[in-house]
Formats: sequence, structure tokens, C-alpha cells
Amino acid sequence: MNRQIVQLFALFAVLFALLIAFTSRWTVFEAQSLADNPNNRRPLIEEQRIPRGIIYASDGETELARSVGRGRGNNRIFTRTYPQGRLFAHPIGYSFITNGRRSLELSRNEDLAGQEDEFESLFAGLEGREREGLDVVTNLDVAGTQAAVAGLAGRKGSVVAIEPQTGKVRVMVSIPEYDPNLIPSAFEQINDDPNQPDLNRATQELYPPGSTFKVVTAAAAMDSGKVNPNSVIDGSSPKEISGVALANSGGQSFGPISFTDALTNSVNTVFAQVGETVGRNTMVEYMKRFGFYQDPGLDYPSFQMIPSGILNGDGDFVTDGFDVGRVAIGQGGLEGEIRASPMQMALVAAAIGNRGRLMRPRLTDSVVRKDGRIKERVEPDLQSQVVKPEVADRLAQMMGRVVEEGTGTAAALSGITVAGKTGTAEVGANREFTQPWFIAFAPVEEPRMAIAVTIERQPAGSQGGTVAAPIAKSVLEALLGGGA
Amino acid sequence: MSARTRELFGLLPVSLLVAAGFAAVLTTRTADVSDATLTYGAVFLGLCVMAHLFIRARLPDADPYMFPLAALLGAVGLVVIYRIDAELAREQAQWFVVGLVFFAATILLVRDHHILERYRYLIAAGSIVLLLMPRLPGIGAQANGAFLAIKLGPIQFQPAEFAKLGIIIFLASYLRETADILLRPRLRPLPLTRQLLLFGLPALATLLLVLGLDLGPAGSILLVVFVASLVAVVRERPSLKHFGPLLLVWGLAMLMLIFIRDLGSSLMFFGGFLALLYVATGRLSLVGVGSTMFLGGATFFASNVSHVRSRIDTWLDTFSTRRGVCPTTGEVTEFVNCQGYQIAQSLFAQADGGLFGQGFGRALLDLPGGGRLIPAAHTDLIYSVIVNEIGLFGAAGLIGAYLLLVFRGFKTALLANDGFSKLLATGLTAVLALQVFVIVGGVTRVIPLTGVTLPFVSYGGSSIVANMVLLALLLIVSEKARSERLRRGGLV
Repeated sequence: MNRQIVQLFALFAVLFALLIAFTSRWTVFEAQSLADNPNNRRPLIEEQRIPRGIIYASDGETELARSVGRGRGNNRIFTRTYPQGRLFAHPIGYSFITNGRRSLELSRNEDLAGQEDEFESLFAGLEGREREGLDVVTNLDVAGTQAAVAGLAGRKGSVVAIEPQTGKVRVMVSIPEYDPNLIPSAFEQINDDPNQPDLNRATQELYPPGSTFKVVTAAAAMDSGKVNPNSVIDGSSPKEISGVALANSGGQSFGPISFTDALTNSVNTVFAQVGETVGRNTMVEYMKRFGFYQDPGLDYPSFQMIPSGILNGDGDFVTDGFDVGRVAIGQGGLEGEIRASPMQMALVAAAIGNRGRLMRPRLTDSVVRKDGRIKERVEPDLQSQVVKPEVADRLAQMMGRVVEEGTGTAAALSGITVAGKTGTAEVGANREFTQPWFIAFAPVEEPRMAIAVTIERQPAGSQGGTVAAPIAKSVLEALLGGGA
Repeated sequence: MSARTRELFGLLPVSLLVAAGFAAVLTTRTADVSDATLTYGAVFLGLCVMAHLFIRARLPDADPYMFPLAALLGAVGLVVIYRIDAELAREQAQWFVVGLVFFAATILLVRDHHILERYRYLIAAGSIVLLLMPRLPGIGAQANGAFLAIKLGPIQFQPAEFAKLGIIIFLASYLRETADILLRPRLRPLPLTRQLLLFGLPALATLLLVLGLDLGPAGSILLVVFVASLVAVVRERPSLKHFGPLLLVWGLAMLMLIFIRDLGSSLMFFGGFLALLYVATGRLSLVGVGSTMFLGGATFFASNVSHVRSRIDTWLDTFSTRRGVCPTTGEVTEFVNCQGYQIAQSLFAQADGGLFGQGFGRALLDLPGGGRLIPAAHTDLIYSVIVNEIGLFGAAGLIGAYLLLVFRGFKTALLANDGFSKLLATGLTAVLALQVFVIVGGVTRVIPLTGVTLPFVSYGGSSIVANMVLLALLLIVSEKARSERLRRGGLV
């Protein structure tokens, strides 16, 4: 009998091992897929019970998002509230159980929700710490954002301001915006609004950049040694480019003109010729160095960003076969037309303003624990050296002339030198609208701020220099300390 | 060191666990500390020490590890139940008192377990009556389609918990007597013609059946194993007269499927029966015949009794999102949120626990708006809550504690000197181990989930009391076996 008893024990040992194996299966091997199962309400319930971290503006005091608790004991739940209303809707986004998350609330969710790894949570358990969200301090500037919203004055468009040396995003405004506090009650309405208030025009919309793209062309041409600021080029109008006549703005004919003067006066025929000299391959290569053809390296959800670049008539990105002369002046044709997001154009200005060094753009400054310890500080991160420092310096001087005496005088600040470039793309089926642009950085000697401003579908005749430049001026004033 | 001193030392980790467990639960809800909270722990430890002193007086040589292991399991259960609902923990502590009274009464009344043999038919009849009581009108109660409980006024109890003890006592006694005459092996081999007849005819018949009927691979294997085992049994000249009561046990298991409609307890009973049959006779062929007959019957009822079938559907297809009318709520929902809800929540809870768990008192049990996220958290699904709170490591420790208890049970059977003692200890241990397997296997989706309790851990008076009696019987057998060994100067 004893032999059978031992065998029976062995059988039960195997059966119990099977129980451990299956418990391991659910707790370890399939734990993630179970946690992600749409019928698993635990993450949602869990999330409601944890106060999410506060999101602060760059001053570390102004609350852009915080959680408020309701109920008592085990029934206490937290919901998100946005004290600044619609002002920071696009960079911050929202987080609600029923509607999900957007923007920084999504890209920084793990920190905000206080999600820690297995060992961290073990120690938290031993120390008796309650799980709670971490605070996020952003780089967003309240006064600059207010100035941008005031400047756009309800017109659809976008303003992006970036610190060139650090990549800190100080302003990311897109109009129209929505009130994140209304998301739970008016989600459908906001989603279905034909004006697309949920679209972040700074990162999710591409516009023809017009003459602001001449900065990219100039950078490519000078860095590759094709021209220098004093090169003299024929600025007559019209001029045949790719077999089709191209005219300067207003049909003005400049005759032989220096490259510097050509930028100051935004001479299309000069830049189209320079573009043809540079060639398609070099052009595309420099565009890629500026960050075109990829999502901006921003700490932002990737589905809320799209790359800028040259798109053909079907809406596909192309790197060859396009009319490089027309692309060089911010236009193009069916084979390929240049399109850029406001974020991308701000990065172009920032890269030139930082001596050719393009820094990765950042919304987050730091992630801070509730006891004040810093969990993570976002350090400046070089994305690429776009052009040689001397080339960037020369281009900066040329762009200074644009604001001093050229098309961008409306952006001039008293006491601070501004370097900029205007742009005015014609849009609409019959070119009945314009897309005014202005990109800039200041002060020229040691740039502390770069900016891009654009406005959608303005009445014909609206120029970048007259419509967009004044907005850039007021935002720069707010960010750099007024007219000091 | 004497056995009882070892037992006392064994209670040390139990007291540490109780103290640490309650402290952990308390710190996570400082809001509702009352002076009564820690008393459950103190009362529980007091009871353990009293029981220890009682065993020291009455069963000085009995196995020193079984009681501390059971106390450890009880302590885990009490902490987790306290964490789920303080009121239930109070009741559970009361049930432990009642359980210990039964424990002591068993030890006092059954001085020698051999007297149980005298009443075996009475015990068997009583057990069958107990099993069928939940179907009696007026006192029976149905839960989730199964008839497991009876209600007598305010008291509700699950007779199957007690019936399992009675059936094991009966089987141990009956098999002790008949094991040797159930089969009468031939001394000389059969003549060739008879051999051909005995093996050839069934093989031919099986082949024809497999080819003729559309049984599918599982059914075919079942049939082949059945016929092969049956032939092996017949070759050894079974005594049909003595097989009668054993067929009755099979019939009882089938009856339980029909009347009580519970696959879990049916599996538990029949598994215990097969274990005893094997240990008593040493014939795998009998296990083969028995298990194929059980599986065949279970398959038949699975396709014909809707309650059993839905349990199996739920097991195989837990996360199905097909929509249909939910029988319990009457609303149109997805399968996973109706039939599959319980097992799905069990798995979600375990996944949430991970390797180390969320910590005592930290698992998510309630919905924010009120109501329970995990159904039957304190009874059927208590293992899921334990995994959620103390993780895979804690659960492995718990299963390890059960395995040690089972080991001590079989060790007792090995040390015992007579057939009845051996079979009784084996049967009691096997039925305990099977119960653990059935419920933990159910909540971890090894087998279909059916409602049996986790011994010593789940909330429930019947379960605590019945398992305390089971423990008492094991200790009585152990006392006899070990004291005799010690007297003869042997090692134990």
C-alpha cells in the first residue's frame, strides 16, 4: 500500500505545481495582456482613485491641470480640472475616464498617474506610501501664451515659441481651441465641430510656408558653398523657372542684386535660381537636418504630430522629381509642394538662432515628486547640427536686415534686435486667400527666443509682414520682457 | 524535542503572520481603526494555544506539523477576510471557535478511529442523505444553479462538506475489507484460445465502435482506455458481489451531477474514491475503468444539463465578446461581462497582483460607486484576492503550505500500521488536496470553476467545522501510529 501512497503524493505534488504554473501564467506571463483587456475595468477604477499629478506652467506655480477629489473613504474618486480653461488646451490636453487622454496628459501619463515598476511599488508598499501622481512642470509661459491668443484674436492659426539654446517650448497656441473642462459633457460636439477645435494646428496641420522657407534655402545654399551673402544674382522679373515664368511679388524687377538684399526684399526669382543651383538632393538633405520628413522630437503623442516636407498631388511625401526652384521659395507644383507645420518653422528659426544647432523641442521641464524631489529633469538635447556656426551667424545678420529695413519691420522691438523672415502663401482654388507667416528670433546677438506665427485663409492682400509680424512682436515682448 | 514542543514552535510563524497581516491591513485604513480590530487576531492566537494545550493533553504523540499548518492557513484566511469585510472576519473567528469545539469533541468521542468501522453503513447512508438534502423542498437552497446548501431557520450549511468525511470513512473501511477479494488473480495463465477471446473480441468491438460511431478523438481515446481497463479488470476475475457498493459510489457521483448539479464536488468525491481504490488494490486498471466511466458520465451531463454545460463554456471561452441575453440580469451584454464575469475578474485580479502583490489591504475589491468588483471574494474567489494582495510568491507559499499539510497526511498514512488507518488517512488527505485543486484550479482556469471552499481559508462555517473534524481524525490516526512506533523505539 505504501508504494501507492507515495505515488498518490507525487500526483498531488504535480497537480499543485500545475496550480502554481497557472498562477504564474496570469500574474506574470499574461499579466500585461490581461491588464490591457478592454473588459478589465481595474485600470480605470484604479486611476480614478489616484490623484493625478499637477501640471504647472513654467513659473512652477500656475496650475494648468489638477485633480479634485469627491466622496469619502473607499468611494473617493478624483477628476481632472483645468483652471486655465481653454488657454492651454492644445499643449496640455485632457484626461478623463470616459474620453481618454490627449496631448501632454497622454505623453506624460505614466508620471502623472504615478505608475512605477514592480520593485518600486514593492518598496512603496513596505514604506506604506500611498500611490500618487507626480507633478509635471512645463516650459509653457502664461504671459506669452496670453499674448499669442490675444494676437490671433480668434483667427484660425498658430503661434509657437521656442528657446533656441534649450529647445524649451514656451508657447504652443492653436486657434480655435476647446475648453478641456467641457470634454466629459460636450465631447461629441467638440469632435464634430467643423472648425476642428480639437486639431492642434501647431503640430497636426501643414501649410504652404511661403517665403519663410527661403531661410531653409539660404541655409542650404550658403552652407553648401553655392552662394555667400554678397553673391550678386539677377533679380529680374519674370524669369523662366522649370520652363514656366515666375514673377516677383508685385511683379517688381530688381536686376542684379546681392543675396542679402534678395532676402531682405524676398526676391522670388533670385531664390528660385539659387534653389536650382543647390539641387534637389542637397535641398532634401538640409530639410532633413532641420527636422522635415519626421515628427518633431517633441514630448507629445505621435498621433498628434505630422512631419513636414514636400508632398505631391496625392498627398505623399516625395524627395525627388519636384520643381526645386519653386520649392525654394516655399511653393511647388503637382510633382511636389512644400508644406510645413508651425512647429517645424519655429524649429527652423530656432536652429539658425542657436548657431546652426537644432535642439529637440520640449514641453516638459521636470517631473517632481510630491515631497519635492525631482524625478526627472529634461536636459537640452541636440537633434542635429544643421549648418556651420559661421553660416548661421551670417544668415542671422541677413534676417536682421529683414526686420530692420525689409518686409518684417512690423516685428521690430525697441531696444532688442530681431531677425526674421516674412511669408505670404496664396491659397484657395482661385488664390483668393493668403496664408501669412512670420518666423523670427531675438535678440540677434544672443538669441533667447525663436518664434513662428501663421494665420489660416486670410483675405487676399494680407501679408506676413503686416498680419503675422505684429503678433510675433507682441509675443516676443511678453516673453523677453516688454520693450526693454 | 517532543512533538508537542515542535508544534508550539510551529505556531510562532502563525502568530507573526497574524500580527503582520492585521497590522498591514490596519495601516492601509487608518480611517476606521477601532479597539475591536486587533482582538480578532488575539482571539485567534488564543484559540490556537488552547487547541495546542488540548492536543498536548490528549494526543501527545500526534504529528506536530499538521495543526500549525492548518492554523497558518486559517490565519491567512482570517486576515484576508478581515480585509474584505471586518464583520465577516468576526463571524469567521466565531466559526473557528465552533470548529475547535467540534475538533475537541471528535478527539474526545473517537478515542480510537477503528470504532468508526462499526458504523460504516450508517455513516454511508447518513452521508447520502446529507448530500441529497439540498434538493429537499423547504430546506434546500440553490446558488448559481447548483444545490449545495440547506437552510434550517437562520442557519445555512453545506452538507457536502460533512458528507465527504462520511464517504471517506465508509470507503476506507469497505475497501480495507474487500480489497483483497475484489480481484482474484489467476495463478495460472489462461489457455491461448481463452486469451484470444478475452482480448480479441473487445478489441474488435472497440474498433468497430470507433469506426462506426462519430466519437471524435477525445471520445475514441476514452472508449479505448475504458475497454482496455475493463479487460484488464475482467482478466483478474472481479467479484461482482463486492463491486456492487463501488458501482454505487459511481452512481452517487453521477447522481450528484444530476441532482446537486455541481461538477466540483462530484469531481472531489469521485477523485477521493479512485485514490482510495488505487491505494487499496494497487490496480491502475480499476482507476482506468472508474475515471473513464466518470468522464463519460460527466461528458453526457455536460451536454445535457445546461448548468454544467455553461460552466464548461465559461471555462473554455471566458473572454468571448459575443453578445446575448444575460440569464442573471436579463440584459443584453457580452459573454465576458455576464457568464465569464467571475472568472475574468479572478484573472484580472491575479494579473494585478503580479509577482509580489499589491500588499495586504491594498487590492482593489470595491467599485467606486459601491458594490463589489470581485464576486464571492471571501469564498470561492478568495485565492484571487490573495494573489492580488501578496502576489505569485505569496500564493506559492500558500500552495506550499497545503502541499506540506498533504505531505504530513500521507506521511501519517505511511506510518500507520493497519489497512483501515492507512486508507482513512489517505482518503482524508486526498479529499482535502482535491478540494484545494478543484477551487484553486477553478479560479486559475485550469479546470471549470465550481463553488467549493478553499479549506481553512475561505469564509464559511460548514467548511471550517468539517475541515477541523477532518484534521482531528488525521491527528487521531497519527497519534496511534506514532505512539506505537515510539513504543517500539522506531523513528517517526
